Amino acid sequence: MSDMHSHSVGFVRDSVIPPAPPPALESGIVKWMRTNLFAGWSNTLLTLVALYALYLVLSVLVPWITNGVWNASNIRECREIMQGSGGGCFAVIADRWQQLIFGFQYPEESYWRPSLAFILLFIAVAPLLFSKIFPRNLLILTAVYPFLAFYLIWGGSILIPIMAMVGFGAGYLVYSKLVTNSFAAGFFGGVAAAVVVWYLGGFITGAMPGFLALEPVASRDMGGFMLNMILGVICVSLSLPFGILLALGRQSDLPVVKGICVVFIEFVRGVPLITLLFVANVVLAYFLPPGTSFDLILRVIIMITLFASAYIAEVIRGGLAALPKGQYEAANSLGLDYTQSMRLIILPQALKISIPGIVNVAVGLFKDTTLVSVISMFDIVGLIRGPILASTDWNGVYWELFGFAALLFFIVCYGISQYSQWLERQLATDHR
Amino acid sequence: MSTLTDPQQGSFRLSMLLSDTRYRSYTFQFIALVALIVAMAFLGLNLVRNLAAQGLDISYDFLSSASGYDINQRPIEYDSQSTHLRAAVVGILNTLIVAVLACVTATIIGVFAGVMRLSNNWLVRKIMAVYVEAFRNVPVLIWILIIFSIMTVSLPAPSAFRGETPTSTMFLDTVAFTNRGVYIPAPVMGPGAWIVILTFVASILGIFALRKYAMKTLFDTGRIVPTFWPSVALFFLPTLLVHFILGRPIGLEYPELRGFNFQDGIQIRGSLIALWFALAIYTGAFIAENVRAGIQAISKGQTEAAGALGLRPNRIMSLVILPQALRVIIPPLVSQYLNITKNSSLAIAVGYMDVTGTLGGITLNQTGRAIESVLLLMLFYLVISLSISTIMNIYNNSVKLKER
Repeated sequence: MSDMHSHSVGFVRDSVIPPAPPPALESGIVKWMRTNLFAGWSNTLLTLVALYALYLVLSVLVPWITNGVWNASNIRECREIMQGSGGGCFAVIADRWQQLIFGFQYPEESYWRPSLAFILLFIAVAPLLFSKIFPRNLLILTAVYPFLAFYLIWGGSILIPIMAMVGFGAGYLVYSKLVTNSFAAGFFGGVAAAVVVWYLGGFITGAMPGFLALEPVASRDMGGFMLNMILGVICVSLSLPFGILLALGRQSDLPVVKGICVVFIEFVRGVPLITLLFVANVVLAYFLPPGTSFDLILRVIIMITLFASAYIAEVIRGGLAALPKGQYEAANSLGLDYTQSMRLIILPQALKISIPGIVNVAVGLFKDTTLVSVISMFDIVGLIRGPILASTDWNGVYWELFGFAALLFFIVCYGISQYSQWLERQLATDHR
Repeated sequence: MSTLTDPQQGSFRLSMLLSDTRYRSYTFQFIALVALIVAMAFLGLNLVRNLAAQGLDISYDFLSSASGYDINQRPIEYDSQSTHLRAAVVGILNTLIVAVLACVTATIIGVFAGVMRLSNNWLVRKIMAVYVEAFRNVPVLIWILIIFSIMTVSLPAPSAFRGETPTSTMFLDTVAFTNRGVYIPAPVMGPGAWIVILTFVASILGIFALRKYAMKTLFDTGRIVPTFWPSVALFFLPTLLVHFILGRPIGLEYPELRGFNFQDGIQIRGSLIALWFALAIYTGAFIAENVRAGIQAISKGQTEAAGALGLRPNRIMSLVILPQALRVIIPPLVSQYLNITKNSSLAIAVGYMDVTGTLGGITLNQTGRAIESVLLLMLFYLVISLSISTIMNIYNNSVKLKER
């Protein structure tokens, strides 16, 4: 057999052919364009249409930005400089940026305070948002931040936020001591301790009103994008605990509690935010004890918080419903009572899976804070429509101002939604 | 949560209200109820005292008094002598008009953008992603104001259409874009117009009958009856035929520049267009995401299985993918419709006279009946949302996956 083969011509190639480069049409950028832009006549047509649409948009947008005027004191000067080159009059932003950001009544020498509060906000939320990177101890920064931000933005004596913080601290201390016995004892003990501290602290702050005081700024002087940020941050953080309570109430077995929560949630979700703002503006005063009058901004915060908590409650209810029934049964079989099982087993898991939904609600709520301009508060949209567009200097500069406002909102909301998508990928532990 | 030991009969002690799980729930509910009643009583008492202090009362009599203001867009007969109630009804109709227009447009935009985001064309995919992100992340109020500015600032005044060499001309001589609104031709019903309309309705019914017949034939005999081109033909031919046989009873009345403004035709105000398109484009971005998620939620195995059965790609789409995707898409779609209806209350920012502008705006300010007006306003939106979500729940239950 081997003899026969030794004489026959080799059929199998005994050397390896050097690898040839792929055909030019099937590699690199050409291949990519053939599959992604010009695959078939319909795809090519689509690409051409898209390119034309892109050209139409860019042919207006690019000169608007590149020929923009940044240095002018009013719109007539702007038009003189531009000479019809199709540029934008961005001078209005350079001229009025303080108003757009801080409102037109916030004292100019104090602009550093809200700016600092804004920067600290990132430090405060970082341990909350990226809990895997930052150690848990840093959460204390998050806990301190609300009081610090209040002090920075509203000013006044530093003792007021410190006393408020001490009160919460004392309440938490008592709560953590007593909660091992029973949740009710811990909760009411904590509340009592906080109230006692606040009551006693009232004497101290009353005695020293000017201690380390920053110049106080009234709530009605807040405006611009700062007002949107304040409303957004405060209302989202306040609505979280209410939302959790409402969600638990809606899931509970007690028909009366459940009924109250369902009626509240469905009512709030059924009406537009504007009607609730009308309530804050003109109706709420009727329902308060005669003689009490508090800030419009506080009334608006109450109504937006109620609004947001109903939506957050629905998100968390989704999280509660998504937990397997076994978790509830396991908690019961360990002999945990209702508060223990919720606090230790159910809520940590349910909240974790509802974070992306909560973030979406937060983005929506932040966008909805522009609605306060309808009840004549001067947030960024209210400022643009009111003082700035009505002024003789800038009457007629629409696109630059609205574009600027849109850009600010886009940066914040896009950032938050990208975070939410990142978090969703982090939390996705199922197999795909 | 029940205890296993048998309870001792007839030995009820007061402490069991807190310690025994059978009674504790009643205690809690009782406390909750009492707290609710106390809170309500507190608010009610304050209300009574505040109203008494200002010499006011709760009364809905103002609804039947003359409103004294004009509404620029009137779907029904209305003038300043009509009642406040009629003004509110006009507002409700205006709300429904803009909501329906925006819902239809948003669905078209959203489905288009959602499908295009899954296109295999890279450029189109990216453009649609930019559209979705840009519009989702900016408040709808800003979009409304931007489009309103375009309508009122950038479009020419009616006077620009006048003269020997006008600076602006009507689009195709039928539609005039002016800063006072868009003027489109109005249909004029001549004698016999109802016959044409009746024919049109009959042909629509005919299309449904044809589809039903085709389905029945398919199931009974396995024979495929063509439906697409017959449907198209049925849609156009009979109506056009009747229209021309009767000597064109339905004509068009073109807008015409007379005096200082356009006359005849239908005027669509800039405020309506701003609200309509801003809501449609904004919500369209959300719907696009819903549509994309719905289509992506159908696992690839479904497409492959249908392909293995020998179905052609368009049949895979219409028979396998879409019916399953719709189950995922429709619930969020309807909640987007509800959002449009609720967001249409932003009309007040551009002066479109919807129910928030009439009842919650001018009527409230003129009569000072804040509580009554806001209450009625909330009731209107509540009725709409609750009735739509009831219908939705029924629908959801009917399409729910029937599992064991």
